[in-house]
Amino acid sequence: MRDSVTIVGASLAGLRAAETLRRDGFGGRISLIGEEPHQPYDRPPLSKQVLAGDWEPERALLTPAEKLEPLGIDLRLGVRATGLDVAARQLEVDGVAEPFDGLLIATGARCRILPGTEGLAGVHTLRTLDDCLAIRAALDAGADRMVVIGAGFIGAEVASVAVGRGASVTLVEALPAPFARLLGREMGAVVADVHVANGVDLRCGVGVSSVVGGPGAMTVAMADGSDVDADLVVVGIGVVPNTGWLEGSGLTLDDGVVCDATCLAGPNVVAAGDVARWTDPRTGESMRVEHWDNAVEQGRHAVRRLLATDEEAEVYAPVPWFWSDQYDRKIQLAGRPHPDDEVRVVDGSTDEHRFAAFYGRRGQLTAVLGMNRPRQVMQGRGLLEQGAGWDDALAVAAGWG
Amino acid sequence: MRIVVDYDLCESNAICMAIAPDVFEVRDDDFLYVLNEAPGEDRRGQMEEAVQRCPKQAIAIEG
Repeated sequence: MRDSVTIVGASLAGLRAAETLRRDGFGGRISLIGEEPHQPYDRPPLSKQVLAGDWEPERALLTPAEKLEPLGIDLRLGVRATGLDVAARQLEVDGVAEPFDGLLIATGARCRILPGTEGLAGVHTLRTLDDCLAIRAALDAGADRMVVIGAGFIGAEVASVAVGRGASVTLVEALPAPFARLLGREMGAVVADVHVANGVDLRCGVGVSSVVGGPGAMTVAMADGSDVDADLVVVGIGVVPNTGWLEGSGLTLDDGVVCDATCLAGPNVVAAGDVARWTDPRTGESMRVEHWDNAVEQGRHAVRRLLATDEEAEVYAPVPWFWSDQYDRKIQLAGRPHPDDEVRVVDGSTDEHRFAAFYGRRGQLTAVLGMNRPRQVMQGRGLLEQGAGWDDALAVAAGWG
Repeated sequence: MRIVVDYDLCESNAICMAIAPDVFEVRDDDFLYVLNEAPGEDRRGQMEEAVQRCPKQAIAIEG
């Protein structure tokens, strides 16, 4: 039995893991270390309600103080893990070594920076509460021309909120269709259509060659020779897992902390959330999942793994799921589609932006996409958990009409 | 045990429905309906799962 658990990363995966330990009856010391000074908060509202100005930041706290306090978690905020020695069981915090008993790594990821824009005022990324409040402050101050670089889900949500606040938005995507890498061309085009229908100037298949100027007077030059003037620029071109502090730790790093199928990264060390890479037992694919739901589930799984024996350890085999709110549409995806999967709309209509679609490959259901169809996506997720075949899944969906 | 949903927070993600479809139902009007506000004590673990997994923390258990 372990005496104490140290969790590095005080965001969703780390906090939910700590709470799970207490709920499971763990009576030892729990230390939760976070780099940001803020009480642990939830990130989805940062590109939705908080950015829109509908919520104040306090409302995005993950667990209210009165519920957190009785759990007796040693919350160490504003400090940074700077090194790890797995063999010696030593963690380094702000340069000072300390022993650990069991360790959960949940250090998440940081935004990829568009080359040439490092430190350029007026160019924003969105990951943290401070990032969110900086963009919100610019909008509050009257910025009403926004260029969003990268039509991923963060970029799409920021565009959606900015349009809702009356800004004119240009959304630039280097790929021929937005979301095509994740959703495939056909469904990517449906999401693109939602943005165009809401007045976004969507430019696909064109790269950005430079960003110059400063807040209120910026110019984004495109590779095709055109340029767009803007008051502010938001870059959403993906994230990089935070593993720099683990160089030389003894753990295997490869675009994330490499774990076994049970989330164990090394002796007495587990990892969870955006930073963790493991092999999906369902498909044999190496995965790293950046979704909210995975952070909760993997945080819980990993910390229980830390307390289990090797014989008791269970594999981690989730069906990935996420949601994104854009304008008045709720987009949800369960499973992992490949861009060349067969796609079949099984309920509703893509023209009305209200539908559910199945993705399939080699006779298997691989994913379910919904736009304002949460019930169908959740039922589809159940089918994915059961490993449903394509024909069986279609038969179930035929009963949805 | 009583299930209470804060409908100001609920965004109808339907995670709860996937966990306990006989208690939670998201209908085609995009709203969540609680079908059974007082599930039996043997369901407590499942209800706590629904509370934990709700992305909006809109579900609470009273009693």
